[in-house]
Amino acid sequence: MKCRKCDNKAVINMRQHKLALCSHHYLSWLPEKTEHFITKYKMFDRADRILVAVSGGKDSLVLWDVLQQLGYEADGLYIDLGIDGEYAYSEESKRYSDEFANSNNLKLIVAEVTKMEGASILKAASLTHRGKDKPCSICGLTKRHIMNRVGFEGNYDVLVTGHNLDDEAALLFGNALNWQVGYLARQGPVLDGNPNGFIKRAKPFCRFYERETAAYSLLRGIDYIYEECPSAVGAKSIYFKEILNQMEMDRPGTKLQFYLAFLRAKENGAFTSDPGLIETPLRKCDSCGQPTSSPDECAYCRMWGRVRERMEAN
Amino acid sequence: MTVRMILRKKVYEVKAGMTIRDAILKLDIMPESVLPVKNGELLTDDEILKDGDEIRLVAVISGG
Ligand code: SF4
Ligand SMILES: [Zn+2]
Ligand SMILES: [Zn+2]
Repeated sequence: MKCRKCDNKAVINMRQHKLALCSHHYLSWLPEKTEHFITKYKMFDRADRILVAVSGGKDSLVLWDVLQQLGYEADGLYIDLGIDGEYAYSEESKRYSDEFANSNNLKLIVAEVTKMEGASILKAASLTHRGKDKPCSICGLTKRHIMNRVGFEGNYDVLVTGHNLDDEAALLFGNALNWQVGYLARQGPVLDGNPNGFIKRAKPFCRFYERETAAYSLLRGIDYIYEECPSAVGAKSIYFKEILNQMEMDRPGTKLQFYLAFLRAKENGAFTSDPGLIETPLRKCDSCGQPTSSPDECAYCRMWGRVRERMEAN
Repeated sequence: MTVRMILRKKVYEVKAGMTIRDAILKLDIMPESVLPVKNGELLTDDEILKDGDEIRLVAVISGG
């Protein structure tokens, strides 16, 4: 198969776009498209201070790389969750993030959950009801909180994450399956910030397939953590991705259409009349000062408070 | 001689002469979920497998 733009051998064929490209043209195609999405969805501009959530995985490292190439100034934020086990997942993913930052002369902020809160995610999960089956709920709450806090307190204009189309389509699939209208209304390439303490969020890769960001990292020689977090085994998101890929195999473009049609429906007001969307007034959490709708402490502080109580009791 | 295809820690053997895509389908792997790499080079899956080829399938699905 030949590259659409030159006579060289193609290295990737994107069936949904009927587009095959050689290495050279692919490495310029992906950043060009990224720039287009950044502008189209009004994510940020070159005057903005950008914080990239870096996990050591392919998507976030490729995103950081592409932002540099496009001339955006972006610092990284790595959250050390303290997840170990037979495979030192956190340690390894931090090593990849560090190496990338160092070799590209970039600033990486590291937030260590164990140091901040006195226990790792796994330890916290073992001590609370919320983490009974899986640490993912505690982990998600913790990551969202820390990202927002570091972003807001560091005066960043926007927090960007490496979510790709497969992530977004799987999330959409899960939300639609249960008609979680509130979640659907908030899902999209950009989530606006709020002067009360929520930083703006953006997902510049939300229209790239997972194999496209993976291909880019291989071609650019970006080393990333290939192993998964041990808790990802059996995750619903992976199950949904497999189902969507099954459809994609029979009908190329299904995943992309699913997401784009959703964005169009949303733009046309499909999810705005949800009563759940009426803003609950926000106030500052008594402990950390982050915005919350609860009368005293935010969900994060309450959860970690319980963990510390249990640790003391043990 | 046959063709070796490697996905994570699993090694599969397939016959030469078919396309990478057909081989992947034969192994019951979702073509969307992997990228074929030969000698460090990324390939499109219409490539015909030759005797002695060793293809690494890079898993691209991540989750959690
Ligand atoms: S799989 Fe679960 S525990 Fe692991 S990083 Fe993802 S959310 Fe956290
Ligand atoms: Zn080309
Ligand atoms: Zn709080």
